[in-house]
Amino acid sequence: MRLASAALHAGLIVMCLALAAILAVAVLGLPVSGDGLSEAVTAHLRRSGVTHPVTAVLLNFRAYDTLLEMAVLLLILVGIGSLGVVTPEAPRGAPAHAVLREVVRVLIPFFVLVAGYLLWVGAFAPGGAFHAGAVLGAAGVVLILAGYRPPVFLRALLQACVLAGLVVFIAVGIATLLMQGAFLYYPAGWSKYMILLIEAAASVSIGVTLAAMFLGSLPAAWRSGA
Amino acid sequence: MTSALFFMLTGVLLFVMGLYALVVHAHVLRKIIAVNILGTGVFMVFIAGANRDPGLVPDPVPHALVLTGIVVAVSATALALVIATLLYRHDAHPGAGEE
Repeated sequence: MRLASAALHAGLIVMCLALAAILAVAVLGLPVSGDGLSEAVTAHLRRSGVTHPVTAVLLNFRAYDTLLEMAVLLLILVGIGSLGVVTPEAPRGAPAHAVLREVVRVLIPFFVLVAGYLLWVGAFAPGGAFHAGAVLGAAGVVLILAGYRPPVFLRALLQACVLAGLVVFIAVGIATLLMQGAFLYYPAGWSKYMILLIEAAASVSIGVTLAAMFLGSLPAAWRSGA
Repeated sequence: MTSALFFMLTGVLLFVMGLYALVVHAHVLRKIIAVNILGTGVFMVFIAGANRDPGLVPDPVPHALVLTGIVVAVSATALALVIATLLYRHDAHPGAGEE
């Protein structure tokens, strides 16, 4: 423990216990029913284009929140890149250890398969863009840990992937603004396809962004323009 | 006590434990983990609070909010870890890289 004295430490514990008691009283005082939105969501679920209520809320009823979430991901990636931490370069070519190489070779296609399935199943079961994006991000992290780095000729494509999710989302919003008069107000009967389009772009974008955050910054070779 | 209430109280406990650990520990990595536990406690209260009424289906809006929250928390942890790396390298070579 690093506190200056035992008295301070004891005072901290007392304050934390008091805070826990206050929060517990607040939580116990919540009404059991009557102040949720579940009835409103169930009433409009048929018009939303998907049959799973959480996906409908994320991508239709509260799509603007999801747009801002994509913007937060991009903002944090820019913030990480702006800090100038230089990632150590991977040795040229495949990683040296045979077991690591074979595990990566076997696992990565399964990652991609699972991500594609999660993206598709999000319409009627728990799943969707963020779940698929997280699995793709994990695939990217496994590749980075195994020593692979993206080759220089993929640089522009990866940067486009990072931007694709947000750009597609905003483009759909502007298109609906021009056609229907309200931002992200999907046309009747088209909700399912708009949601699928946004989710596909978003999952790729989230996967690449998460892997890029793990990498930490541009590798040294990219920085010097090699 | 319903299971929702039990999980909400567990979330409160996690929150307070994370807050205590954030204040007490000096190491940056421990503070980052403590903030993560703080956030996980809040998410737990949200999710359990969505299921308070056993007669209805769980409220999907808090579920969507927590999904967004998890992604933001992961990204913020990534940023915090990069800053911690910068701190570590600065402490190891004081004054290096100053412009």
